[in-house]
Amino acid sequence: MLDNQAKPLVRVDGLKMYFPIYRGILRRKVGDVKAVDDISFDIFEGETLGLVGESGCGKSSAGRAILRLYDVTAGSIRIDGTEISHLQGDDLRRLRPQMQMIFQDPQASLNPRMTVASIIAEPLDEHQKLSRKARMMRVFELMDAVGLNRDFANRFPHEFSGGQRQRIGIARALALNPKFIVCDEPIAALDVSIQAQVVNLLEDLQEKFGLTYLFISHDLSMVRHLATRVAVMYLGKVVELASREQMYADPRHPYTQALLSAVPEPDPSVENKRERIILQGDVPSPSRPPPGCNFSTRCPQVMDICRREVPDFIQLADGRHVACHLTSQ
Amino acid sequence: MPDGAPPILDVTGLKTVFTTRSGEVHAVNSVTFDLAPGELLGVVGESGSGKSVTMMSLIGLLPMPPAEIRGGSVMFEGRDILKMNPDELRAIRGSRIGFVFQDPMTSLNPVFSVGFQIMEPLRTHMGLNKREARARAIELLELVGIPDADSRLSNFPHQFSGGMRQRVMIAIALACDPKVLIADEPTTALDVTIQAQILELVRELRQKLGMAIIWITHDLGVIAGIADRVMVMYGGQIVEQAPVRELFACPQHPYTRALLETLPHVTGGRSRRLRTIEGQPPALRDQPSACPFAARCRHVLDICHRKNPHITRLNGSHDVACFWDAAKDGLRDAG
Repeated sequence: MLDNQAKPLVRVDGLKMYFPIYRGILRRKVGDVKAVDDISFDIFEGETLGLVGESGCGKSSAGRAILRLYDVTAGSIRIDGTEISHLQGDDLRRLRPQMQMIFQDPQASLNPRMTVASIIAEPLDEHQKLSRKARMMRVFELMDAVGLNRDFANRFPHEFSGGQRQRIGIARALALNPKFIVCDEPIAALDVSIQAQVVNLLEDLQEKFGLTYLFISHDLSMVRHLATRVAVMYLGKVVELASREQMYADPRHPYTQALLSAVPEPDPSVENKRERIILQGDVPSPSRPPPGCNFSTRCPQVMDICRREVPDFIQLADGRHVACHLTSQ
Repeated sequence: MPDGAPPILDVTGLKTVFTTRSGEVHAVNSVTFDLAPGELLGVVGESGSGKSVTMMSLIGLLPMPPAEIRGGSVMFEGRDILKMNPDELRAIRGSRIGFVFQDPMTSLNPVFSVGFQIMEPLRTHMGLNKREARARAIELLELVGIPDADSRLSNFPHQFSGGMRQRVMIAIALACDPKVLIADEPTTALDVTIQAQILELVRELRQKLGMAIIWITHDLGVIAGIADRVMVMYGGQIVEQAPVRELFACPQHPYTRALLETLPHVTGGRSRRLRTIEGQPPALRDQPSACPFAARCRHVLDICHRKNPHITRLNGSHDVACFWDAAKDGLRDAG
C-alpha cells in the first residue's frame, strides 16, 4: 500500500474548518471554534486511512469538510485530481457520486418512513435515470452485496437490528459506485459481536470494489485492525501520521503514546504489566486553544518552547509525520 | 480477595419479566450470584443481555409495571431486599448501596448545584447538618480528585467536563460510605484518556475504602484491568463466571470464547480477519426452553435445542452453563 506507485486519491492540504461564534444582541462574531485547524494528508487509492482522536478533536468535522458537507474556511481538497474545496451548486453535485459517507448512528441516518428499497434507491433517483426494473435490480444487487435478504426490501428501518441497519446505510453509500467513502464511527453504536460483522463487510467491499476509506473512529484497536495508515488528531490538528506498524509499535508523539497506553487490553496478564501514561486534566476548548502546541497543557514531557511556538508537522526519516518539538530538534 | 468470608450480597434465582404491548420479555432468567466483601465483580454482556436489568431489579429501581420480579431473593445484610417496603428500600439505596450510572449528564440534576447534590444524601441518610455535610462534600470531591473542591461546590453540572461529572457521580455514590457500589457502564460515555483516569481513581478508592463493587460493562478490556471476578451474561442468563485471569486464560463457554476472539488488540499480533459471531441475540419472548446461544453457537449439540443448560461448577471457582465440554470437544459428562 505504501509503495511509490500508489497514487493519492484524496489530497488534503492546509484544511481549516472554523465555526463562528456569535454573541450579544447584534449577533456579532466574537470568535471561532477551530474544529479543524490546518491539517494536511493524502489518502492513497485502495487504502484505509484511520483518523483517530477523542471526542471534540475535530475528526468528524474533518471528515465532513473533506466531503464538502460544510463550506470550508481555508485549504485545498483534491479528490482524484479535482479541486473541490470551493466548488458550489451543480459543479459540486456532479462530483458527489464519487464520494459517499457512512454515518455513526444507523437509527438517525435512515428515514423511518422510507422502505429499505427506497432508502437504497434514493441516490440512484437523484443522480441517475434508471428504468424501474433496472433500479430494482440495482437495489437487489446492493442488498446482496451487503448481506441483506432481498425479501426485506419493503420493510422499514425499525424492523431491523442495529447491525442490519448499518448494512442498509452501507448499501446506500455504495449505490453510485463511489471511489471514496468516509466512514464516520460506523461501528461505535454496535455491540462487540456485531462490530466484527460490519468491519469484515467493509473489508470485503473494499477488496471487491477497490474502495478507498477514511475511517474515523475513537476505537484504536479496531483502527489497528482495519487501517493501513493512521492519523491521530488532537484539538483540531493532526499530531502524528504514520503507517499502522509504526504507529502502534513505536508512537512518537507524547499524545499518541498516552492515547495508546490508555486503551485497555482484554487480557489481564498484559493489563497488569503495561505502563500507563495517565494524562492530567481535560482537553482545552477549541475556541481558545493554548498558545504554542495544543497539547502543551497536558503533555507529560512539556518544554518551554512548547508553550510559545506551534510545532511544525514535519516528516521524519522513517516516513512518518509528527508535530512535536521533541522530534523536530 | 478474602476467601470464605460470607457474601455481602447473595442473589438467588432472580427472574424479571417486562410486559410490553407485543408480549412478555423475559429479561432476567434465574440469575444466581454472590458478591464477597471488598470484591470487584465485573459483569459483561452485550446490550439486551440483561446485565443492567439484573442490577436494577435487585435494588428495586425498575418501574413496576411494566417490570415484574417473578421470583428469587436478594440477601443483603441478612435481609431480603425484594421483600422490603419502599421506605426501607430508600433507606438502603444511596446509603448502604451506591450507584454510578452510565451518562453523568442525565444522572445529575442540571438545576441544582453539585454541592447540593452531594450534600443531599449526607443530610437525609446520615443526618448531618449543613456545615458538616459541606465539610464532608469537600472531602469527597478531594477524594475523587477534583481540584478547588471548596469553590467547585457551588458550580452546576454543566460547568464540569464529562470526566469531572463522572467523578462527581462517584463522589455522590460514595457519600455515605456504602458497602456495595454498583457502577453501570461508568466509563462508556468517556474518552479513553479520561476513562484511564477514572479507572485509576477506582483502583485507588478500593484500596482506601474497601467496598465491594459490581462493575457493569460491555468492554472486556476494562474488565481485564480492574475486576477480581467476571460474570458473563447472555440472553438474560449467566453463562460463565470465573476469576478474571482464569476467565481470560481458559474461557469455557463458546460465547465467551467467541467474544474474546472477535476483539482486535492494540498490542501483540494482528489477525488478518476478525472472527465474527453470526446472527443476532435472542428476543427473549418466552421462558427459555433451550440454550439462548444455541442458534449462534459454533459447537452446538442436539441437546442444546431441547434443554437449557444449568450453571455448573467446573473446578474451584469456575462456573459455566453449557453442554459442550471444551476439553474433549463434545458433550460434557453429567455430574
